Formats: sequence, C-alpha cells, structure tokens
Amino acid sequence: MTGRFVSRGFLGRPRDTDADRAGRIPPGQYLTDGFPVLSAGPTPQIPLGQWAFTIEGLVRAPVRWSWEQFLALPARDWTVDISCVTKWTKLDTRWHGVSVDDLLAAVELDPRAQFVTAHSFGGYTTNLPLTDVVNNQAFVAYQYDSAPLEPAHGGPARLVVPHLYFWKSAKWVRGLRLIEEDEPGFWESLGYHNRGDPWREERYSGD
Amino acid sequence: MPSQLLEWKIATVAQIRDETSEVKSFSLLVPEWRTHRPGQHVDVRLSAPDGYQAQRSYSIASAPGPDGRVDLTVERIAEGEVSPYFHDVLVTGDEVEVRGPIGGYFVWEPAFGGPLLLIAGGSGVVPLMAILRERAAADVAASATLLYSSRNWDDVIYREELDRLATTDDRLRILHTLTRAQPPGWTGFARRIDRPMLEEALDGLGSQPLTYICGPTLLVEAAANGLVELGVDPGRIRTERFGPTS
Ligand SMILES: Cc1cc2nc3c(=O)[nH]c(=O)nc-3n(C[C@H](O)[C@H](O)[C@H](O)COP(=O)(O)OP(=O)(O)OC[C@H]3O[C@@H](n4cnc5c(N)ncnc54)[C@H](O)[C@@H]3O)c2cc1C
Repeated sequence: MTGRFVSRGFLGRPRDTDADRAGRIPPGQYLTDGFPVLSAGPTPQIPLGQWAFTIEGLVRAPVRWSWEQFLALPARDWTVDISCVTKWTKLDTRWHGVSVDDLLAAVELDPRAQFVTAHSFGGYTTNLPLTDVVNNQAFVAYQYDSAPLEPAHGGPARLVVPHLYFWKSAKWVRGLRLIEEDEPGFWESLGYHNRGDPWREERYSGD
Repeated sequence: MPSQLLEWKIATVAQIRDETSEVKSFSLLVPEWRTHRPGQHVDVRLSAPDGYQAQRSYSIASAPGPDGRVDLTVERIAEGEVSPYFHDVLVTGDEVEVRGPIGGYFVWEPAFGGPLLLIAGGSGVVPLMAILRERAAADVAASATLLYSSRNWDDVIYREELDRLATTDDRLRILHTLTRAQPPGWTGFARRIDRPMLEEALDGLGSQPLTYICGPTLLVEAAANGLVELGVDPGRIRTERFGPTS
C-alpha cells in the first residue's frame, strides 16, 4: 500500500510549520514562488482587435463580446491558490477579471446544459461540469499582479478555475460552449483525469 | 483512452552513470512496465519516515525496450529537494517509487515519420534523446536535426552518443550552440537561439518539419515563436517545459 514504502535516506525539506500554509498545499504538491509556464505548443499571438469571447451552445441566444466590450463588464480582483498537475502550487496569486457567473448572466441557459467546454485560440479545449464554474468558483482573467496578462501565461485572457488542476484554467480562452453531455477536452483525451481535483490527487485517468 | 490506473511501482536502481558534472543517468528496473512512447515521462515519489512525500516528473531517456528498463537523466538543482537525492543518496540496488508512462502529446513514434526538428535546452534534451534513440533503433528513414543549446561544452549531455549517432547516420544533423563559453577552435553557434539559427536548423527539412521543443521557458518561447514567424504551422510544433520557473 502507499505510505508504507520509505525511501532510504530521504528526509525531505523541513516541513512548513505554518499551519495555515501547510493546510493549503494539496497532496503531492510543492510550493513555488515562481510562475512556471506549461503549454503543448507555441504561444498564440492574438491582436486585441481580433479578440472576442463568445458563449454558445445550449443557450437561448449566443453572446459575443469584443475586447472593449469585455473590459466594460463588471470585473473584480481575485486572490487564489493554484496547483498545476506538474506538482507546483502557488499561493495568493492575484488576478483581475470577470466572474463566469456574470458572463452566464448575459445568456439564458437551456436547462439541459450540464457541462461546458472552454475553447481557446490555438485550438486547446478543456471540459468542466457547469457546477465547477458557477457560484464564483471561476473567472476569466485579463490581469495578473496588476499588469496585463502576459501571452505566455494565457493573455489576453484566460479562464481561471482555481479549485481544479491548472490545465482546466484554459489559456488564450475565446469562449465557453454549454453542452448536455460531457466531452473530454485536449488533455482529458490524452490520459489526464476528467475532473482534476488537486485535493483528491485526480491527476491521471483512473486516479 | 481507456481509463487505466497508473499504479505506483517500486523500481530498482540497476545502474548509475555520470553524464556531466551536474547530470547523471539512472537505469531503473520497473516490474510489469508497460512499454512507453518516446517523449513520455514518469512520476517519481520519495517518502520520508514520517510519511512526508515529494513527487516530481522525469522524462524517459531510453528508447522503448522489452525488458522493463527505464533510463532517467537528472540534472542536480542546487537547493532542490528531489534531484539532489538522486545525485547524492541513491546507489545501485536502491529502490524508488515510480508510476507511468505518462503523457500523450509530447510523444513521437516511428509511424509519425518526419522530417524531425528537435530543439533542446540543457536537460530538455532528455525526451528528445529518447526520440533519437528510437529513431536509430527502428532505423527510421526520415531526416532529423537536433539543435541543442548548452552553456559550455562540458555541460553537453550525451555528447559522445550524439557524436556517434551523427557520424553513422547522414540523415541526422546535430547543431550545438554554447551560450556561455566555447572551447578553442569552436565552429558551432555561440549564442542563444535566434531566427537565423532556426533558419539554419530548418535547412534540408522542408518548410513543415514535425517539431519538438523542450527546455526552459525562455528558450521554448524563442524557438516556438521564431519557427511560427518562419512559417511553420503551430499545429506541427509540440512543446514541453521543465526549466526553472519564471
Ligand atoms: C514533464 C516533466 C519532465 C521533466 N523531465 C526532467 C528530466 O528529464 N530531467 C530533469 O533533470 N528534470 C526534469 N524535470 C524537472 C523535474 O521534475 C524537477 O522539477 C527538477 O528535478 C527539480 O526538482 P528538485 O526537487 O530537485 O528541485 P525543487 O525543490 O523542486 O526546486 C528547487 C528550486 O530550483 C528551481 N528549479 C527547479 N527546476 C529547475 C531547473 N531545471 N533549473 C534551475 N532551477 C530549477 C525551483 O524553482 C526552486 O526554486 C521534468 C519536469 C516535468 C514537468
């Protein structure tokens, strides 16, 4: 069983004795002060004039915001802890953006809508149950640390779903599609877990 | 993909080799190992007596083989938690917990063909080495170029094996760039990866090589963006980053 095995001569870093901090690091994760970048391919360069965000699928009428229109939506600051499946966790990251609740408020949801697929410039997709993106659990951010979000970190805008592994926080996001039946996204079809809850260590398919 | 539990397995260290002063390779024997695809990695887990555990990912350096042997190549990161354990503690016969193989996108297999453009920075060469080893083992005809950035000549991982592969295969080109210092008489590149260097690497590979880039973020960004500017379809470029955080 797990936990029995002991690595000869391994003590590990001194434990973080600050109970609050220690209680915020999911199993198998380590704390980093940096902000690692991970993506499957080149960083798309998206001119703001060509940027748009849409909500479509199982909604009464789809909506589409240009960059200027998106910036005019009610936005707020978010301070959240994030965990990447590659094992790093970063505490108290500071973002500015629009709650997914406020985006969904602009459309009338078809009651059959149960899941969302986030779509990105460059073709990336990730799937989420609707229940994981509502109630102020998720937002679309366009600022990080009070500065415009860098392209390598997902700018102009990225989805942020802090309570799930960070691949769910689609970089370069360009829209949400509401669907009735779950469809695996990019990493979810390549062996990664369908939901990705760091507290349950849902890293890979089958975990 | 069928849902398959990736179990933790206890592997045995069969062999340890020095690659450079800061890099060692570890041959692990993993029981009931499912054959990997070049480019994939394993997760390694270390457990302390008090139950504390640390996990990290390491690319598989070896080509897939029948014998359950998996080679990892680990760079020693000063002040690191896991890589110094590999370097300073592990000896032949020790046991390490691993699970894998993991990763379904940054992979290559002979059926993908080429031409192949591989771009590495430092220990980012590890998964690309698995690709080159498999390409040689499977005798794949597709031409390939490795553009490999290191600080100094003595930091070049797999230096002799790369030399040997290149001299026995005229469809394989290896271009080194040394960014810190160069030995006397050096004729290779001596700067960070830039556009003219990428143009030279593309030479002979056509305009749309299947491209794999692995290294620190800045190198990956420079190489991937540069290739897109030179007209390579972003869909042909796969990236993996595991350098220092930024
Ligand atoms: C998919 C994947 C594949 C990987 N494959 C390999 C591989 O084949 N070989 C390999 O050596 N590593 C590989 N890595 C990196 C490896 O997982 C660890 O991050 C690395 O060994 C450092 O772990 P550590 O516990 O020693 O240091 P940590 O305790 O995690 O870090 C200590 C400090 O060093 C910094 N740091 C971390 N990594 C580096 C680095 N590379 N250079 C400089 N500073 C760094 C950290 O930001 C931190 O401040 C891979 C990572 C991923 C995600």
